[in-house]
Amino acid sequence: MLTFILHRLLQSVLVILAVALIAFSLFRYVGDPVNAMTGQDTTLQQREELRERLGLNDPFLVQYGRFVADAAQAEFGISYRHRRPVRELLAERLPATLELSIVSMALALLLGIPMGVYTALKPKGILSRGFMSLSLVGVSLPTFLIGILLILLFGVVLRWLPTFGRGEVVHLSGWTTGLLTKSGLQSLILPAFTLALFQMTLIMRLVRSEMLEVLRTDFIKFCRARGLPSRLVHFRHALKNTLVPVITITGLQLGSIIAFAIITESVFQWPGMGLLFIQAITTVDIPVMAAYLCMVAFFFVVINLVVDLLYFAVDPRLRVRRAA
Amino acid sequence: MSFLSGFTDSDLWHSFIRTPTALVSALLTLILIAGALAAPLVAPHNPFDLASLDIMSAHLPPVWMKDGDPAFLLGTDDQGRDVLSAIFYGARISLLVGFASVLLAVLIGVTLGLVSGYLGGRADAAIMRVADVQLSFPAILIALLIDGVARGVLPREAQEHMAVYVLVFAIGISNWVQYARTVRGAAMVESRKEYVQAARIIGIGPVAILWRHILPNVLGPVLVIATINLALAIITEATLSFLGVGVPPTTPSLGTLIRIGNDYLFSGEWWISIFPGVVLVLLVLSVNLLGDWLRDALNPKLR
Repeated sequence: MLTFILHRLLQSVLVILAVALIAFSLFRYVGDPVNAMTGQDTTLQQREELRERLGLNDPFLVQYGRFVADAAQAEFGISYRHRRPVRELLAERLPATLELSIVSMALALLLGIPMGVYTALKPKGILSRGFMSLSLVGVSLPTFLIGILLILLFGVVLRWLPTFGRGEVVHLSGWTTGLLTKSGLQSLILPAFTLALFQMTLIMRLVRSEMLEVLRTDFIKFCRARGLPSRLVHFRHALKNTLVPVITITGLQLGSIIAFAIITESVFQWPGMGLLFIQAITTVDIPVMAAYLCMVAFFFVVINLVVDLLYFAVDPRLRVRRAA
Repeated sequence: MSFLSGFTDSDLWHSFIRTPTALVSALLTLILIAGALAAPLVAPHNPFDLASLDIMSAHLPPVWMKDGDPAFLLGTDDQGRDVLSAIFYGARISLLVGFASVLLAVLIGVTLGLVSGYLGGRADAAIMRVADVQLSFPAILIALLIDGVARGVLPREAQEHMAVYVLVFAIGISNWVQYARTVRGAAMVESRKEYVQAARIIGIGPVAILWRHILPNVLGPVLVIATINLALAIITEATLSFLGVGVPPTTPSLGTLIRIGNDYLFSGEWWISIFPGVVLVLLVLSVNLLGDWLRDALNPKLR
């Protein structure tokens, strides 16, 4: 158990270092940092001095080490475009992205699991067929198109909901939240649903197939033979046993929700990190790109690690196998 | 001729003509591909011929709405380009990028998978480690990153011209892992079989063994993944173009057209982005259904 955790930790550190290497190479070799920081009237001598002062003449490993040390303290330099520290920019936009991602994930779980259970229990029902075709649409429609269609329907035709921005936000000691105001909540509905739809179909299909499999097993037949009411059989025994893969997939999908937030934020002009990243790409703002990359890598690695450990905690069979 | 009759006698063909979904989606895919290929012949206008554009005919709605012009069946965009013609030409670029990037991913993935599975040892460990790291990040993020790097490296005037190549490269690189993993597994199984050992004993080189004996045996799953990934590649291209980091507006793909139309959504001019969107969805849906059928038909366990 302990060796497994240590092994996974080591692996995570290696992944982070590899991503940091990519980010650092971006920083150092895509475009010249000195050029990006100076104007046209800077003399060659001043450039050389700046180069020396920034440590750009040091050996590669020294520079890389310094980059990693800075990154560990969330210090990524100054954005070329915004002329402000990248750390501030990211900290400002982190709450928006996290709020959107977490609400979407909750939405996907709260809708996806019941839909999956229902389609597994009543595979021939009209509602089940409806859910299944909806899920096919969810897989085939690109995220941005879902966003556009929702904007067209609820923003332009019906005029029910706002279609861009976060609405009014409340400042709570360094954190901004849109969850406490009416316009903030209204603004959240469309982007959260757009982001949740794909995950929802995924969770629904997963729960459905797992549930169908579990319902065929002997212990469920035994439960029925004992005369347990079907509500108890379905929810107490069957559903509980389908939740292990659901937890894994949900955890892993949390990472891709952060990635897909880039698209959703762009469609709804949601002021989060994803929008910042897209703007950084179009304007070749390397420090922001590097910082976003490191941060997303960190999120991913932590999530993967937690999911691995959670899997252990939830499924006793795994513990036995590892110990043997 | 014998090739053709061999094909029509095969199980695959029988399954194909007996599955209505497969027939319909194949037909739809073919129509869309044919329309895209024959764009200059079937499109009523040439949207890229600047001389033929008339700003007076900009923002026209589709023909069945008030103020519609019969010359522009699905209306026009902000520069007076015919939406229908732009869709024909746009689908061409979407399909081109889709096919080319899948081909690139197959080439990289199959090669690395064969090497990894056949050689094993250090090469295998190195390739699979890279694959693991890449697999833990969504493909779209990697494609975005490659695109961003290309923007930093390429000179500004070359960017527009190179955009399609950059996209193919970015999407191709971000999707190779799945092929490599599948092929590696199959190659490992095959390379232990007697016929491969026999080939090795009579002195056939590793490249020839991989190419002539192992590759044909792993092509089935590769074909299935490639079909499903084609749909994914088309979506990725459209997404990148929609985000403004893909194909430039001068030679728009379906994603770029949707992006252009998105700016006019609020003034009620829905047709500029919705029609390209519908074509995109039809394309992706029919390729997806075709891929699903192929997977079931090639999987002997399901029969």
